[in-house]
Amino acid sequence: MSHALTTETKEPKLSPKARAALSEGKKAERRLGLLLCAPAIIVMAAVAGWPIIYSIWLSLQRYDLKFPDRQEFVGLDNYVTVLSNSYWWNALWITVVITVVSVVIELVLGMVLALIMHRTLVGRGIVRTSSLIPYGIVTVVAAFSWRYAWTPGTGYLAEIVAGGEPVLTEKIPAVMVVILAEIWKTTPFMALLLMAGLALVPDDLLKAAAMDGANAWQRFTKVMVPVMKPAILVALLFRTLDAFRIFDNLFVLTGGSQGTSSVSMITYNNLIKGLNLGIGSTMSVLIFIAVAIIAFVFIKLFGTAAPGSDNGGRR
Amino acid sequence: MRRHRLAAAGGAALVAVSALAGCGSGGGGVTINVYKYPQENFQKIVDRCNEQADGYQIVYHKLPREADGQREQMVRRLAAEDSGMDVLALDVTWTAELAKAGWIKEFTGSAKSQVENGTLETPLDTARYEGRLYGAPDNTNVQLLWYRSDLVPTPPKTWDEMIKMGTDLKNQGKPGLVEAQGKQYEGLVVLFNTLVNSAGGQILDENGTKAIIDDKAVEALEVLKKFATSPVADPSFSNFAEDDARLAMENGKAAFMLNWPYVYAAAQKKPEFAPNFKWAPYPSVNGDDAKVTVGGINYAVSAFTRHSEQSFDAVMCLRSAESQKFAAINDGVPPTIESVYDDPEMAKPYPMKEAILETLKGASVRPRTPAYQNVSTVISTILSPPGSIDPKATADRLRQELQDALDSKGVLP
Repeated sequence: MSHALTTETKEPKLSPKARAALSEGKKAERRLGLLLCAPAIIVMAAVAGWPIIYSIWLSLQRYDLKFPDRQEFVGLDNYVTVLSNSYWWNALWITVVITVVSVVIELVLGMVLALIMHRTLVGRGIVRTSSLIPYGIVTVVAAFSWRYAWTPGTGYLAEIVAGGEPVLTEKIPAVMVVILAEIWKTTPFMALLLMAGLALVPDDLLKAAAMDGANAWQRFTKVMVPVMKPAILVALLFRTLDAFRIFDNLFVLTGGSQGTSSVSMITYNNLIKGLNLGIGSTMSVLIFIAVAIIAFVFIKLFGTAAPGSDNGGRR
Repeated sequence: MRRHRLAAAGGAALVAVSALAGCGSGGGGVTINVYKYPQENFQKIVDRCNEQADGYQIVYHKLPREADGQREQMVRRLAAEDSGMDVLALDVTWTAELAKAGWIKEFTGSAKSQVENGTLETPLDTARYEGRLYGAPDNTNVQLLWYRSDLVPTPPKTWDEMIKMGTDLKNQGKPGLVEAQGKQYEGLVVLFNTLVNSAGGQILDENGTKAIIDDKAVEALEVLKKFATSPVADPSFSNFAEDDARLAMENGKAAFMLNWPYVYAAAQKKPEFAPNFKWAPYPSVNGDDAKVTVGGINYAVSAFTRHSEQSFDAVMCLRSAESQKFAAINDGVPPTIESVYDDPEMAKPYPMKEAILETLKGASVRPRTPAYQNVSTVISTILSPPGSIDPKATADRLRQELQDALDSKGVLP
């Protein structure tokens, strides 16, 4: 990172005039660049762009597969229906709680894990590999073992921790179990990203800080964290977006009953189970907007630290 | 080298395509793909039908075990107009939805008369939508009241009696619980539908376009609430499905249970429990006969099949009297053809057949609407947990949200 920062200050900024007066060679290079990007852009437009546009179009219609003859254009009616519905808000609330709680805990745990893995001298490879195991297990498989563990009769957790109570059939305990499963599952991912960030912290900087009398905590907050900021941002952004779209864990653990549906879950219920393409698409568009807002806020909030936002990467 | 590789890839693609095409018609003849839930001895019925089949072969594909999963797979493929499915085993509640969407074929002409001939009226009614026949009933189902004759000499006639008897037993220090299905799922909807119909009410109107939920439904809600908050309801009532109830009863916690006839076959494996395990008609709400919700499976023919004639032919064999008798004896599912009940071979494995027949005659069907999935989800969500029902307010909420679901305006929770 320090490398990127220094190049940014040294690099001469191109004025608009200079940009206009590109040499023939530069122009050809730019054309080639666009040409090389074109296939990727076309594929992206086909697999991501078109479905998004199509679901926006569907969200403006009354389109229920069960009533094929009642199909019509209804404008924003579906948005009014969804946004005035208590099930939707409950799902959004559940999603936000799961996202915030799990990401915060994961960040702290992930940082601790990253520091341990970074400093481990003996068996570093084994420590790293073993800590990554939860992330390597297929989420649905892991979710099933959690479900059985929390089911009275088949599960040790239900017997030992919950005293034989079926925790997954009550709203708040069920949400707590879901959050726990999420944390268990993705903390290693967080730790991995943070460890990559830790590797960027120059040892010299830490030694210099130590010489100046900074204690461990000060070295962590004043030296490591600022240097690691881009890595932390990436880790937080990825995990927040991931957690916001939570589906598989919930699908297996509670199936969305007792009001534990996340926004993805309730969208699935309306789209696939209910066959209501209009309402379901409206929800997917709302999720899309929410995800865009989260990404935007993160980039804005952390501003310059965002990867690719400095000129260092753009030549 | 490059050309070689391309040729290899092309060849592989061709093989894949021909393999896929083979799903439609394999081995020279016609294949009829039957999609049904996992039924233990169904393959034997298929084998027997294949021996009789003329120019086609039936292949049994297993659907997921849970009803929701079965429906999801089928509607997803039907929405995509998948021609790889020919015969579908549908839960009785799905007929309206698939018929309305134009995904299943109507039974007409001789197929229709063959199905209607000798089939019990109530199961047949579940295969009809807007006056047309869309399915061939394979098996039917109604719940009975199961009780322990060592604790209860004469079974109760009404819910009030049952609650009182259970309470008395508990006061004497004996097992007095009543096991039923109160979990947030279809079983709770079945219980509610039975109570509403028994009270003389209705959930939806005849056309399935308007939510009724009147005073009779409030009466039903009062019974449900009274039961759920009484000492005879199992503490886990609001989490119990059919099998949970059965196990609790077999483990000696309960004196009564409301459940499907399959519990009889299961109980026979427990010699110390089976002799006292008896059945009676379902308890009523107000003294009249209870109108028990009918369940079961109907065969339908996909609208996208390429072998319509053979599919209908296969259905006739799969649901023939002989097949139904075999399924009743080996898999415990009640037949839909009346004459099967009179078969002498049925007497031993099916001693409760008279009670089933009697109950079937006064049974009720669940709301008949293409939006049944939504209706069911709304009901089970609002009624769960049953202990927190507030009869009047709950009824108002039900009426409102059911109407929204019927107008496809509502949001599915």
